[in-house]
Formats: sequence, structure tokens, C-alpha cells
Amino acid sequence: MKPAKFEYHAPVSIDEALRLLERYQGEARVLAGGQSLVPMMNFRLATPAAIVDLNRVSGLAEIAESDGTVTIGAMARQRQIEFAPLIREKLPLLAEAMRWVGHLPTRTRGTIGGSIAHADPAAEIPMVLQALAGEVVARGPQGERRIAVSDLFLSPLTTSLAADEIITEVRFPAKPPKASYAIEEFARRKGDFAIAAIAVMLVRDGERCTMARLATAGIGPATVRLREAEAILEERGLGEAAIAGAAGKAAELVEPMSDQHGSADFRRHLTAVLTRRAVQRAIRERPDAGTG
Amino acid sequence: MPEPVDIRLSVNGTAWQGRCEPRKLLVDFLREDLGLTGTHAGCEHGVCGACTIFFNGEAARSCIMFAVQADGAELVTVEGLAEGEKLHPLQQAFHEHHALQCGFCTPGMLIAALDFLKLNPDPSEDEIREGLSAVLCRCTGYVNIVKAVKAGAEAMRRLTASVG
Repeated sequence: MKPAKFEYHAPVSIDEALRLLERYQGEARVLAGGQSLVPMMNFRLATPAAIVDLNRVSGLAEIAESDGTVTIGAMARQRQIEFAPLIREKLPLLAEAMRWVGHLPTRTRGTIGGSIAHADPAAEIPMVLQALAGEVVARGPQGERRIAVSDLFLSPLTTSLAADEIITEVRFPAKPPKASYAIEEFARRKGDFAIAAIAVMLVRDGERCTMARLATAGIGPATVRLREAEAILEERGLGEAAIAGAAGKAAELVEPMSDQHGSADFRRHLTAVLTRRAVQRAIRERPDAGTG
Repeated sequence: MPEPVDIRLSVNGTAWQGRCEPRKLLVDFLREDLGLTGTHAGCEHGVCGACTIFFNGEAARSCIMFAVQADGAELVTVEGLAEGEKLHPLQQAFHEHHALQCGFCTPGMLIAALDFLKLNPDPSEDEIREGLSAVLCRCTGYVNIVKAVKAGAEAMRRLTASVG
């Protein structure tokens, strides 16, 4: 339960951090909040030769909005995001998701970039990135690139980031006017990993649903968008039959895992139930959104 | 071989320095190097919360941080709560409401509770339970801990009102 030996580096700039990653040729790990990496090191599931600690790099935790895009520095703490007025106003789905990420003391340290790079299938932040079709900015030896969420999450704990790349920023489209949101999650205990979770965003115009977004966490090997279920709501509106149709479609679309917390069939069942509840709650929480 | 690193930090208002390997966990540094054994190492992977301390004013798990990361930081541990022999109002409430049996989780319970009480000084029972879900207790069944936090919060509010 103690980590193996490693060389420790605390660079003060991203350039310095990138040079360190290059030097260790895949044998170093980047340390952000450490709320997943350090437990893995304590168990010796991870035994990196070196740790490149980003906590002394300045300027990586800013939260800003311009031209309808909210940008969040990769080292912004989950707790900082949870209480940031800009996030509550412009990304209420992300603010809501924070309450489901671990516990307050883990959110003190845990970062948005770390959660995304770790790519736990049950994590809520990747689910929100998926639902809102966000992207990350990554820097590597070849410079900077943007990775859309659809190209990012590959399988459990695996992203398309290269070993010598670092996420520096996470970008989300700001909340469209009149959008409403909800997250529904099933876990044994508050703060535990999600056995299944669904995030939804709806934009309504009168009786019509002009945009529906549905994304998963905890169900399959990586978070996915449920596009065919979204299409049902966009085509048929938000009546009971359409919601039931979308929930049923969601359950068909997922590729659920079986583990000690629940069978694949159970997760499929939860997908339908949570999709229905999430859509209903998103409608209920902004009953005026359709007409206003 | 990784070189030992020098660490300077403040714990409960006292400046300390030490020297340890980078892999040394902060909880072990507090206990073994500084002799501050009030902070308990339970699960050592960030789940049980017994090791919770204040790190620069916010509660955090000291078993999933390296001591070297606390260089320059200000920590408060359970030893920093009482004033001499006078228990902190929340400690007093734990005492009066029988909120501990073996006491192993208590340092984490106290720090985690003080952290969320700063954000929400008058929490409902549900909010207390949600806040306390950050720390595991295997003895009490939580009922008396919830009562103690409710009573401690009230005592702290009274204290704030009387000095304000």
C-alpha cells in the first residue's frame, strides 16, 4: 500500500513538463490532482519511473468564456468548478455533475483535465464532455492540437492522447438559451462510482424539442452519445410515448459491462430507467423553457 | 535512486521542515516524520477518509498526496482543532453525542464536517449525510455522528453570532 520508488519532478512550465515526458519516453506519468493515479501507485497498479507533477505550473486553472465557448484550464480543481459562478451560469450541466464526482475532499484536489485523461468509464466529467460535444486542447512535442470528444475516449482508462502529450485546456460550448439539463445516476452510495449514469440536455421550442443530447457513464467501456435516442426526442417531441421510445432506444444502443456491481442486463435496464428519469427531470426543472 | 527532498510546511500554525523520499505519502510524513499521529492512515487509497486534513484551507485526503507536494503548504490536522484543553465545539459535540466508538475515523469526520460546514453552516440531515459520505465509519452506524454534526454546527453558529 505504498508506492514504488520514482523520480519526482515539479516543472513550472508546460514546456519543461513536455521535455521531461520526452526524456522518460513513456515511462513517466503526469500527476494532476492525483485522486486516481496515487491510489493506483499505492496499489502498485502503476509504477512509473518518474512523476511529472503539474501542480507547480501556473496559469493552468483559469475559467473563462468567449464567443460562446467556455474554456477551463486542465488543472482547474473540481471544487473550483463546482462553485464558479461562470460555470453555474454557462455550464450548469457541468456544475451539476461535480456534485457526483467523488466527495468534497477529493474534489479539492481532483482536476478536470486529470479526470478526462484518466478516462474512467464511470466518471461524470467525460460524460458531460460527451453530452455537450466538447473538446480538449493537448500539447506535445509537435505543438498543440484539439481533440474532439468523439475521438478521445477509446476504452477503459484509455484515451487517444499520446504518452508525451498533456491536456492543457478543456472547451465546452456554453449553454444554449432555454436549454435544460439533468443528470441521473445510480450508485450504491453517494460518491461511489456510477453503476450507470445518464446526462441529458434539451432545447425546446414550444412543444418541439429542437436539440436533445444524451450521454452515458458507468454503463459501457467508455462514455458514448446516444444519437439515435436523441433523434427520437427531436423528431417526436417530449410526450410520454416519445420519452419511452428514447429510453428503450438508449437501452438498445449501449454496450453494457458486467462486473461485481451489476450485470450487463441490469445496466441495460438502468439505462432505460435513468434516461426516462433524466429527460423527465430536465423538462420539469425548466417547465417554462418551451414557451419562453 | 531518487534523491530525498527537503520539505518546509506549516502544520497547525507551526513551521516544520523535513527530508524524505518523493514517494512518501503526506499522511506518513505527518505521522512518522512530524510525530503528528492524530491523522490516521486507514485504507491508503483515498476511500475511507480517515486521513482527511485541511490543505491550504480545504479538506483533502493525505494518503493520496505525496509529502513533497505539501512543500510550502499550510495544513491543519485534528491536533490543531482544540485550544489547549478546550475542545473545538464540534469535538465537544462528538463527545456529548457519543459520536465515536473506536475513534479511528474521528479525525477525518471532524475535518470533513468542518469543511462542509464552512460552505453550509446550517445543513439539513440529508446534507450532513451527503457531506459525511466522504468518510467511512465501521462502528457507529453514523446516527450519532449526524446528531453531533447538527449540534456542533449549531454551537458554531451561536459562537459566530456572539462574536459577530
